[in-house]
Amino acid sequence: MVPVLLILIPLLTGVALFAIRQEATAKSIALFSTLVSLAVMLAGMSVWNDAAHLSFNQPWIGALNSRFHFELDGMSQLLCLLTTFAFPLIIYSTWNNTYADGNRFFGLMLLSQAGLLGVFMAMDAMLFYFFWELALIPLYFLCSRWGGEKRIQVTIKFFIYTFIGSLFMLIGLILLYFKSGGSFAWADYVKLTLSAREEMTIFILLVVAFAVKMPLFPFHTWQPDTYEQSPTPVTMILSAIMAKMGVFGLLRWLAPVVPAATYQWGDNFATLAVVGMLYASFVAIKQDDLKRLVAWSSIAHIGLMILALFAPSYSGIQGIMIQMFNHGINILGMWIVVNVIEQQFGTRKISELGGLAQKAPVLTILMLIVALANIAMPLTNAFIGEFMMFNGIWGSTATKFGMIYAVAGIITIILSAVYTLRMVQNVFYGPTNERTANATDIRLNVQIALAILVVGIVLIGIYPKPILSMTSEISQQILDRMNLK
Amino acid sequence: MNAIILSAILGVVLMFTGIFTTNKSTIRAVAVGGILLLLLANIAELRGVEFFDINTRGMLVFTKLGLLFNTIAFGATLLYFLLSARDVLEVGDNGADYFALIFFILCGVSIVSSFNTLLLLFLGIEIISIPLYILTGSDKRNLKSNEAALKYFLMGSFSTGIMLMGIVLMYGARGTFSIDPTLQIANAGRDVWYTSGLLLLFISMAFKVSAAPFHFWTPDVYDGAPTVFTSFMATIVKAAVFIAFCRLFEFSYSNSGYDWKLIVAVVIAATLLIGNITAIFQQSVKRMLAYSSIAQAGFMLFALFSTSSLSREGIILYSLGYSLATIGVFAVLIKMKDYTFEGFNGLARTQPVLAATTAIFLLSLAGIPMTIGFFAKYFMLASAVKTGTYLWLVILAIICAAISVYYYFRVIQAMYFKEGAGETVAISSVFRWLLILVAGLIILFGIFPNMILNYLYF
Repeated sequence: MVPVLLILIPLLTGVALFAIRQEATAKSIALFSTLVSLAVMLAGMSVWNDAAHLSFNQPWIGALNSRFHFELDGMSQLLCLLTTFAFPLIIYSTWNNTYADGNRFFGLMLLSQAGLLGVFMAMDAMLFYFFWELALIPLYFLCSRWGGEKRIQVTIKFFIYTFIGSLFMLIGLILLYFKSGGSFAWADYVKLTLSAREEMTIFILLVVAFAVKMPLFPFHTWQPDTYEQSPTPVTMILSAIMAKMGVFGLLRWLAPVVPAATYQWGDNFATLAVVGMLYASFVAIKQDDLKRLVAWSSIAHIGLMILALFAPSYSGIQGIMIQMFNHGINILGMWIVVNVIEQQFGTRKISELGGLAQKAPVLTILMLIVALANIAMPLTNAFIGEFMMFNGIWGSTATKFGMIYAVAGIITIILSAVYTLRMVQNVFYGPTNERTANATDIRLNVQIALAILVVGIVLIGIYPKPILSMTSEISQQILDRMNLK
Repeated sequence: MNAIILSAILGVVLMFTGIFTTNKSTIRAVAVGGILLLLLANIAELRGVEFFDINTRGMLVFTKLGLLFNTIAFGATLLYFLLSARDVLEVGDNGADYFALIFFILCGVSIVSSFNTLLLLFLGIEIISIPLYILTGSDKRNLKSNEAALKYFLMGSFSTGIMLMGIVLMYGARGTFSIDPTLQIANAGRDVWYTSGLLLLFISMAFKVSAAPFHFWTPDVYDGAPTVFTSFMATIVKAAVFIAFCRLFEFSYSNSGYDWKLIVAVVIAATLLIGNITAIFQQSVKRMLAYSSIAQAGFMLFALFSTSSLSREGIILYSLGYSLATIGVFAVLIKMKDYTFEGFNGLARTQPVLAATTAIFLLSLAGIPMTIGFFAKYFMLASAVKTGTYLWLVILAIICAAISVYYYFRVIQAMYFKEGAGETVAISSVFRWLLILVAGLIILFGIFPNMILNYLYF
């Protein structure tokens, strides 16, 4: 029942919002709807935390043996929690942004929420594919309608990139369907034994879709442009949640389904991930646009998760799980700050800003904590995740180069300190200029939103056990399937 | 049998209507009533009720597939009449005759969906083609329309000749026109006749469905013909020829003992590439749709490539999805003052319903999930994957599908994200509701394709 509610609430509200003309009303309804989703999700994790409430299984297309099968296992719970937690914050923290046709803007936002939640809960490959695309279409319209100057070219590139990826995945899923004797159920796929050649073909077909979505170097070229051109609330969705779709896809539909091929290709993809991390970090150092800086840093952070998956171990997989959540809330914090700055000063250029700390102390303190989390300082949530991943990569029995990967990865942490702190220094410290001389501090809603994130960052940094115990079972399952410890 | 006889009668009825009255709304009412009658008669036959008992000596066989296809074709024609009947009457003075010709075409459609001998295939194809030549040239004062008609006629008759030659060779080899292998006399010495005959037949059918490299007539004819008739030509007629093509293939080609898959694969690859890549460069939406119809034909050809129950389901879904979406897009296109992409600029602001429904039609043509276009493509690809070979062809097909997103989305971009007036002629609210109905059907079948497929078996 919980999965059905989680999908229907945003879906129906989203459709209904198209009929409501006043922007303010639409915004309030959207916020309310996302809060209800969050409440349902929390209820699902506490009072309704049993199989009867957390799964839903009904026939859908008889001819294809496809079913409406949703389930909230540990990993799904984690990501659905992230989604339902992020959406109200996104809407609340950007409360003062205005949009032409605001009702449609929020309607499409909610439709994409429905799509994302569906992706994280689907246990049927056809259903998964459906929601995978459903999450994309509203985002396409959001970026193209409300984005920056070059939005039309940029978003069509983004769309075609991800669409090609999805189609490859579709072929992979069709192959799996025939190999499993006509089933779309994930539960059947993780029991399959395929020949090495078949696994290889399916692996390549599936991995493209996930690599584009995350994005993995060299499939990343759409990402900085799209993040830059999208309206900031949409960028928040893209980076905080949609990038997780790719990682989630690897963990749910790739590694356990074709474990041998994942092992076989592990070193190649791990190397790509390392190269991508270093490359993205160096590029991030050179950026002057705040949005592009955060975009590139996101590529580097996601790269580490990919690395930990292709050099797997229990600690590494658990690290990915918790880091998916952490990265979601950390980058959300970064984007909220970027949005505040853009709304107030009309620019995102680091070189045109400076001295904000004197004028906006609250923003600076909150931002500093988020920035420290971005560079994985101890006591912040990212430290836990990244430490576990490095620990796992170093000790992975699946690869001979664990140590090299770990060392190369740690360099990117240093680089992330370089670009993050440089950004903090240039934007918040130093003398003010004519643009920032009359700056004011952030409004209450942004304060509250950032404060919630900061509390989350510190809490998880000190006591990560609830999240880790949530995903321990599924992590173990993935490792068992890969025959690794 | 109901459909064949009734559609012929209705054609004659409409010709006489044109003699007795020139009142446009009367003609329209007769036409819509006629197609409704035809649809009901065909559904009755699908349910086992036959109005006419004629012994065709096995020359026609009424299968579920054929009858279901007829239902789809007539249903699509009904929607087409409802959406565009006014525009049909606008083309020239002989409104009733145009409808009569369309009913004759439907007669041909119901013959080719149930033929069992090559003779009737030929008859059906010709009954479809000749009225089409006339409809293409029906805008008599328009030079482009005349040129298109002449071009279509010359090329069409040429391909008819090739088809006849093929049929003759096959008759010579097997001693019968029947496509049923059990009735054919195997004559090992004349296999080469049979094979060359089949090849000629293949070429002429490929011409009719505008598969590359026999597609050259398509853009000019589709562009030159009055837009309402392009819509009919590109959807119902094309899908009907595909059904005939599939029937022919199922029996004859598997029976010929050669590996035809390679030839079909090459034709599919060429059709997909030419259709999709040329469509990118078009400036007129109408011409883009002409090329996109070539590209869509490439996907439909997968039904021939992998003759299986999956591909039969696929061709049914494809005919339905493609017809609905294309009829919808053309119905909107007719209302536009400017057929170029720029003409659509800002349509979302001036005509939100038109823009939203057109967006759904285009998403369906591109094969995005939640629309029937997705399942149409899905079944085609799945049937090809199931054959186990030619994975490269499937990969090529999905790359082409991604290319198609580019040009379909250009229209969406123009409508939603660009500034402009998006001028249209006056639009009635009935027309809007009909568009919403078509878009609703596309989404409904896109979520529950079972609603159609079940009729294939029950």
